[in-house]
Amino acid sequence: MSNCESDAVIEVSGLSRSFGRKEALRDVSLRVKRGQVFGLVGENGAGKTTLIQHLLGAYQAKTGSVRVFGINPVYDPTAVLGRIGYLSEDRDLPRWMRVRELMRYTQAFYPNWDPAFAEKLREEFSLPADAKIGTLSRGELARAGLLAALAHRPELLLLDEPSSGLDAVARQHILAAVVRTVAEEGRTVVFSSHLLEEVERVADHVAMIHEGRVVLDMGMDEVKARHRKFILRAKEAGRALPKLPGVIHAVGDGREWSVVCEGEEGAFVHAAQAAGCEVIESAVPTLEAIFVARATA
Amino acid sequence: MLISINQSDGTPMYFQLVRQIKHLIATGRMGPGDELPSVRALAQQLLVNPNTVVRAYRELETAGLIYTRRGAGCYVAEKPVPYSDAECRRILSERIDALVAESRNLGYDLERVVALLRERNSALGTAPKAEGNEEKPHEQL
Repeated sequence: MSNCESDAVIEVSGLSRSFGRKEALRDVSLRVKRGQVFGLVGENGAGKTTLIQHLLGAYQAKTGSVRVFGINPVYDPTAVLGRIGYLSEDRDLPRWMRVRELMRYTQAFYPNWDPAFAEKLREEFSLPADAKIGTLSRGELARAGLLAALAHRPELLLLDEPSSGLDAVARQHILAAVVRTVAEEGRTVVFSSHLLEEVERVADHVAMIHEGRVVLDMGMDEVKARHRKFILRAKEAGRALPKLPGVIHAVGDGREWSVVCEGEEGAFVHAAQAAGCEVIESAVPTLEAIFVARATA
Repeated sequence: MLISINQSDGTPMYFQLVRQIKHLIATGRMGPGDELPSVRALAQQLLVNPNTVVRAYRELETAGLIYTRRGAGCYVAEKPVPYSDAECRRILSERIDALVAESRNLGYDLERVVALLRERNSALGTAPKAEGNEEKPHEQL
């Protein structure tokens, strides 16, 4: 087991996982490069958390392989976990501790813990040192979890649904921490979210998981460049949408259709016109629109 | 520097940045030698990936609107080129298309729209900040 310093921080290949008869992950392969902000999107129950649990070594890959920093996290968890900052979806922090105690307790696990940085974060996140974890609001709890995940300056920040259940202000804190982590320190961030506008804002690479499968895995720029959304209007009403190149998903009422497709704009417009449709609108779809199209396709 | 990102806008985020900074320069709200926020600061302010800001700055630098001093940040160039005629046409066409579409919906014919345009123009008086921006297109005409 060599500590290989390639540019891939995470390498997952051919990973499948079932719970009973339910297939949670199916032949998942992903690669996260150093310095990337990697957004993992998908509906609840799509398999995002199961994948993250594999990265943490909580689950062992039965089919396929998982490498974090070139290491199998199940075989050498301390080597891997010491370099990861992790915020779990349910923020399972010890409720009976005070914020100050949580900081000291977490410090014990991480040789690289930076007490001054931890204190700076505590002030920035307006967390009272004496407050009991159990009495914190949802937003404060998320910030406390984030503090615990950040203060050892991890090489890899792994956030599982960091924004779930938070209001807009609390979500901004989380996003700001993600941006700062990459901007100031060049670290790698992987975060899962069902809030696609957030992913679109901060991620430079996105992977979509749908029913345990990776349905899209590319750079954000490429995602935006390769998809388009058209509004089409048929010359004659009441017909089915003609067959057009690259259509991922279309909704319409027999006269007008909204179509999300992958491919070149010019080719699509030509084909649509040749098939007797007028292109009323052509735009770059939001990540949300692309996701919905792919998930319902 | 006041910049906002609109995600429902189909335009890529880096390009929204480019457009808005160009606008700030063209309207004189940022002048030659003014320092732009650092990549890190702007990314944190807008909550966007730092690469988005890097890309926007690179584009502005290529266009000659800003320059980078090694290790010391980005500055507005000495003689920032105002919008080219083509750029002015592009910007205005976008607005005009929306105006024409709206007028058609309301059943307002073109003559009345043009008359209204004139009427609004005189109601607004003379433009206060437009001097720097008006020269170039005229030169090109």
